[in-house]
Amino acid sequence: MNARVFVTLKNGVLDPQGKAIEGALDSLGFEGVDAVRQGKIFDLKVNASSKEEAEAEIAKMCEKLLANTVIENYSIELRD
Amino acid sequence: MKSAVILFPGLNRDRDMLAALEKITGHKPHAIWHGDAELPKVDLVVVPGGFSYGDYLRAGAIAARSPALAEVKKHADAGGLTLGVCNGFQILTEAGLLPGALMRNRDLKFLCKTIHLKAENTTSAFTNQYAEAPVFPCPIAHHDGNYQVDPDGLKELQDNDRIAFRYCDADGNTSQAANPNGSIDNIAGILNKRGNVLGMMPHPENLIEKAHGGIQGRFIFESLVKAVA
Repeated sequence: MNARVFVTLKNGVLDPQGKAIEGALDSLGFEGVDAVRQGKIFDLKVNASSKEEAEAEIAKMCEKLLANTVIENYSIELRD
Repeated sequence: MKSAVILFPGLNRDRDMLAALEKITGHKPHAIWHGDAELPKVDLVVVPGGFSYGDYLRAGAIAARSPALAEVKKHADAGGLTLGVCNGFQILTEAGLLPGALMRNRDLKFLCKTIHLKAENTTSAFTNQYAEAPVFPCPIAHHDGNYQVDPDGLKELQDNDRIAFRYCDADGNTSQAANPNGSIDNIAGILNKRGNVLGMMPHPENLIEKAHGGIQGRFIFESLVKAVA
């Protein structure tokens, strides 16, 4: 089963990289950008007998390693 | 004082730490490769600086989940003194031994320079030798030293005298201008609740000889020697 995990900074957590990208977009002439937040994507291939099992297992991976839940949120998207 | 330094692939300040410990404590520290999960009985465990596992995923994230860190956790939970410097600080926060997180520096640059520190707590096991001269210049070398913690966590640190060091100017003013990396409340080092774990971004092990430009880094190790005596 294929899955995609999104890891993003929690609201209110300072994102110096996002701010720099925002500044770069502005200097390239993109004026309509109000804010940029940078995150990570993980594409996983997992063995699981059901979607529920896959999702539960990936949630554990996120809690233990993929996300630092002090500063980051995660969401899981299962594909076929 | 007996000590051990934990070694991970990618660290580069381990030899400086080993040399400083030997010089100041008079005992040769154990150098423990992370794969050798047995930790000898020591007074102090140090997680030194560098770039464990290439900073992959997040700085300190992978080392924090290694069996060696589980041993360090046991040592700390039993009240054992534990020091994390630079990457070691990042590893201890990722492992949950200290609150908060170390994020990319405010200005996105790797900083390798001398800043000023102020010892805010001069009674802890790590800082009891700083009472007379709490302000001193100290080297930093990091890309992810921007300490952040939620408002409740910050209040907990402030109210319980758990901020060990803050960034300041030469006169000891902890102003924003003297904050090199954007850390909340100019925090450079924090203690855990019990006071037996210290994490800090600056490098005291590189400030122990006159040739280093100062010897004030020694006071951390001398504080520890006094605390275990």
